[in-house]
Amino acid sequence: MQILFLLFAALAVVAAFNVILQRNPLYSAIGLIGTLISVAALFLTLAAPFIAAVQIIVYAGAIVVLFVFVIMLLNVRAEESRADEQKYLRWLAAPLFLALLAEVFLAVRYVGDAPPPLPAVRAADAPRQWLGSVETIGTDMFTTYVLPFEAVSVLILMAIIGAMLLAKRDPQFGRRRAPAEPAAAAGRAEEVGAGARR
Amino acid sequence: MIPLSWYLALSAVLFTIGVVGVIIQRNVIAQFMCIELMLNAVNLTFVAFSRYLGNTTGQLFVFIVLAVAAAEAAVGLAIIICLFRNRETLNVDEADLLKL
Repeated sequence: MQILFLLFAALAVVAAFNVILQRNPLYSAIGLIGTLISVAALFLTLAAPFIAAVQIIVYAGAIVVLFVFVIMLLNVRAEESRADEQKYLRWLAAPLFLALLAEVFLAVRYVGDAPPPLPAVRAADAPRQWLGSVETIGTDMFTTYVLPFEAVSVLILMAIIGAMLLAKRDPQFGRRRAPAEPAAAAGRAEEVGAGARR
Repeated sequence: MIPLSWYLALSAVLFTIGVVGVIIQRNVIAQFMCIELMLNAVNLTFVAFSRYLGNTTGQLFVFIVLAVAAAEAAVGLAIIICLFRNRETLNVDEADLLKL
């Protein structure tokens, strides 16, 4: 059990570093998939198979695919040659990383006297009643927490409408532009900005 | 059995990596991925507490966080597509129309 935890924890951290250190967002997306799957495996060690499955299906299956789709759609490769104007942030990040990490570990230290985990329920004792089974989660979701559940469905409806409105082509700026050099693109960005201000 | 603090420590490390990623990445899509990383770290905390307190509520919260993350990704990526269409860049330093 501990070996499994250490293995997947190391995998998750390495993949997370891969996400933030890659220059090409496509490689970042692959790192993100690695982290998500490792965390899903950690959910399994926490006896939460339903959440683990949902994590893989929704996160790795839908959200990351959406990311990759947008990366491919926008053809980000042309962006990489541009100079980094805020290099100092890179040096600011390391002390911030250490400070934040120290702070959180200080907080975690006080969790030392946390309650011991409940004895793992054997599937033979209560076939579908154990914590984390689909039946338990479903029962709670549609009785005690039915209001948040409905609120989430409204939220998703709003997200659908918002995404459709945002992605719709504005007829004023909707003319198809030929791909251009960065300098011309910058000039055009000024033009569009001026147009928006008018 | 694995102590609870191990999971919390891993979650803290993942969250911190996400914060640093938002700071050092200049590509808006990569910054978005770092936000997903942070949400995922919080999910790990929820499930760990749910297991150690013997309560399903944490797992339900994870479900809701997943739904919010999906909605956020859909709207955020639509905004990114809009931004790219208007400014032809994905660099956050150049999306400064609201800056004085």
